[in-house]
Amino acid sequence: MLELRNISFGVAEEGEDKEILRDISLTIPDNKLVVVTGPNGGGKSTMAKVIAGIQKPTSGRIFLDGTDITSLSITERAKLGIGFAFQQPVRFKGIQVFDLLKLATGKNLPVSDACEYLSRVGLCAHDYIDREINASLSGGELKRIEIATVLARATRLSIFDEPEAGIDLWSFQNLIEVFEQMRRDIKDSSILVISHQERILNIADEVIVIREGELAEQGTRGEILPDLIGTASAVRGCRKSGVSQTEETEC
Amino acid sequence: MLKLDEIQKRLLMEVADLHKVPEGAYNIRSNGKSAGRVSTANIEIEPKENGSGLDIYIKPGTKNESVHIPVVMTQSGLTEVVYNDFHIGEDADVVIVAGCGIDNCGPDDSEHDGIHRFYVGKNAKIRYVEKHYGSGDGKGKRILNPGTEVYMEEGSSMEMEMVQIKGVDDTNRVTTAELAAGARLVVRERLMTHGCQNAVSTYLVSMNGEGATADVVSRSVARDTSYQKFDAKLVGNAACSGHTECDSIIMDEGRILAVPGLEANNVDAALVHEAAIGKIAGDQIIKLMTLGLTEQEAEEQIINGFLK
Repeated sequence: MLELRNISFGVAEEGEDKEILRDISLTIPDNKLVVVTGPNGGGKSTMAKVIAGIQKPTSGRIFLDGTDITSLSITERAKLGIGFAFQQPVRFKGIQVFDLLKLATGKNLPVSDACEYLSRVGLCAHDYIDREINASLSGGELKRIEIATVLARATRLSIFDEPEAGIDLWSFQNLIEVFEQMRRDIKDSSILVISHQERILNIADEVIVIREGELAEQGTRGEILPDLIGTASAVRGCRKSGVSQTEETEC
Repeated sequence: MLKLDEIQKRLLMEVADLHKVPEGAYNIRSNGKSAGRVSTANIEIEPKENGSGLDIYIKPGTKNESVHIPVVMTQSGLTEVVYNDFHIGEDADVVIVAGCGIDNCGPDDSEHDGIHRFYVGKNAKIRYVEKHYGSGDGKGKRILNPGTEVYMEEGSSMEMEMVQIKGVDDTNRVTTAELAAGARLVVRERLMTHGCQNAVSTYLVSMNGEGATADVVSRSVARDTSYQKFDAKLVGNAACSGHTECDSIIMDEGRILAVPGLEANNVDAALVHEAAIGKIAGDQIIKLMTLGLTEQEAEEQIINGFLK
């Protein structure tokens, strides 16, 4: 279980202090898939980075399974069981997909297991396992590899920052299946997804709305989602996901 | 009978991946003398009459054979210049493994300047691997100045893997190549300098015949206060295509000068160069930290991958 207590985060911008997160308190329970939505620029991604340790909160405390992790580094939090899939995955010249999956598991991963992770995100393992994670991969391919690294880690809390951003329609449909499967396999862990996508919100156990840096709403899907449908916080098509105009369609 | 001590064996493993006497033709040079030499029916290794090096003759049509000519030096203060000439017959297809390892625990500089000349016959195919390595904690420098000259006849192909990852204090590498029609040269250089090391790598590739192609790519990492210069010039004297690329990671107080150069003397010469120097991206380190690596482990993995 993850708990945020009175988390605030601010930055100095053009000589003025700008507050990105304001006094956010919430809980991500075990065995739940929680989707965080809300308007762009509202602070959702920042909150995810604060949880992973990439950003340090200005004030407030973070607890993972009752342990205060506020002062821990990214590495220490990762070792305690926080996984993080970036909105814009990083490219590495020379590092191959298999290398990254091995690093993710922290052990000498059998090729068959690596292939299984790739298959789960809809990539033909044979074609990708030896590929370098460089500019030759498309945004959608990178995104799926990024998700595979988090699957491979099998962490207590897996965070996905806008997993649908930058991927094509086919990948998006596959992505929904990946999250549905993760939801079924959630035993003894929890999943936090930042997304505007109605189809992802539809598989959420709980929905959190972050607006203008504040926690606007938190509740079960049944409580929250009906009011969000049709707003920018629950879009039906791929428009929010950065798909090109020609492919823009309902998913 | 090959007699090597443990340090020499370790050096051999570093530069030629050799755990024991290699199969096929070989000459192992240790502290200025041949420690073992074997020729085969198709590959003959002969010392030059003036003792300055070796002539290696590879018969036309020789396939799937290899030649190992590693050099190990453990004697501080030794300086040597060695000329090895490779005469590669038409249609041969062989692997040549060279490389030099210096262990210098003494106060004096140790230096090996290996000059390799390759005369590559028509349609011959060569894969050449050269690794350089230094170790030892003496004040004496470990210096390697390899010179490589490649003369490629029509339709021949050469792939060169040049690696220097650790321990060489000073290196001045000069590689020249002349390509006839249809010849293909591929160079993959990997270089890492650390401490206050100095490395200069210069290439001059002349494509003289129609359809010649050259692809010269260097990946390097400069750490601590080390300095590197990569100077690669492609000259197109015919309808040909050439590409050179220098991709470098700079760390600490390292310095890198990249000088890619192109000279087209024929309207149908298509030449491209790319060069990029930059530090390790912060988001790369953060990504690996989210997988549980420390910042230092993340850096090592990024560099290992980059130089793989």
